[in-house]
Amino acid sequence: MTVSAAESPLFEFLLRQGDNALVLGHRTSEWCGVAPVLEEDIALANMALDLIGQTQLWLGYAGEVEGAGRTADDLAFLREVYDYRNLLMLEVPNGDFGRTQMRQFLFDAFQVPWLTRLQDSKNTRVAEIAAKCLKEALYHLDRSSHTVIALGDGTEESNRRMTDALTFLWPYSGEVFKDDATDNAMAEAGVAPLPSDLHSVWLETVERVLTEACLTLPEGAFAQSGGRTGFRHTEHLGHMLAVMQTLQRSYPGATW
Amino acid sequence: MPVTEAQIWDWLEGVPDPEIPVISVVDLGVIRDVSVSGDAVTVTVTPTYSGCPAMAVISMDIETALATNGIVNLQIQTRIAPPWTTDWLSEKARTRLEEFGIAPPQPAGGPTRCPHCKSDRLEKISQFGSTPCKAQWRCQDCLEPFDYFKCI
Repeated sequence: MTVSAAESPLFEFLLRQGDNALVLGHRTSEWCGVAPVLEEDIALANMALDLIGQTQLWLGYAGEVEGAGRTADDLAFLREVYDYRNLLMLEVPNGDFGRTQMRQFLFDAFQVPWLTRLQDSKNTRVAEIAAKCLKEALYHLDRSSHTVIALGDGTEESNRRMTDALTFLWPYSGEVFKDDATDNAMAEAGVAPLPSDLHSVWLETVERVLTEACLTLPEGAFAQSGGRTGFRHTEHLGHMLAVMQTLQRSYPGATW
Repeated sequence: MPVTEAQIWDWLEGVPDPEIPVISVVDLGVIRDVSVSGDAVTVTVTPTYSGCPAMAVISMDIETALATNGIVNLQIQTRIAPPWTTDWLSEKARTRLEEFGIAPPQPAGGPTRCPHCKSDRLEKISQFGSTPCKAQWRCQDCLEPFDYFKCI
């Protein structure tokens, strides 16, 4: 017997945090061994590691809140696509190295102010996990903004690719700011701020970095949605989970 | 004779960090608490980086080291708050790191000098090195690359 989102907005909220970290962590790990240069390969693997570590904290607590005996591993490896609560932007394929960095940047620019606010959560566990994750998010943002600037303000080709990356990712970037019932419940309980409260600070960071990167902020406020509510994921998440979950699905309970 | 907390700390001093064996897990600042109640020992450990794979090895090494000294009723607890910071590295650890060729963390966010030739003409190569806790830098005088223990 598991609790539904309506019964436990906290569980739903924790899945959103954990699934963002998990899906981005897994996507980032796909670069392991194939990144353009050795240093980037190591950096991407380390970022993925941070994100998977953060996943364990969020999903571990989610499992406790749910109270059905599911561990972080159970939640990661034994849920279906529509049980996932991550942002669509994080599940779409990596694309080239530039797009991977742009996605990381757009996410980090939100995570830093978001986790900063979550440190003051009335829920102590949320505040503690946020404080831990924030330390890592800060240097992720530092790194992703530098890389976006270096590539945007690089060669003609790197600028073109970063422009393409931005054009592709932009319609996904607004999903996180669409408050819903879960967000309202969390805000009322003092667990988290409304994501929409952070839109202006996010946009400020994004504009500043993109300007320095010689890139133009895309027009249009249309935002894809459905990932964080689980209503409609892209076709890509299922393929990703097929790879990520294959071992536990094929050999249930396998450990090493 | 019942074991004392001081004795446990002493044994833990002998457990090296699996990635940087010149410093102990105590020097690293990850042991937050030791408590003894009868023959039951509880060691509280805080993770350095949330995904650091060395943490599992550290727990195993603590278990082995204490078991060697006859402690079988051991519980290892994880504590994430307050989050681990490089401020918890001991002075001894900072000296040993430099001797080992790893520049110790600095509040300024980068190494102050090359751990090999002590030059202050340095450049960053990458924000990540051989482990999540390190960045790669290079000395512009002796041209040697070196690890820098990041400040968090």
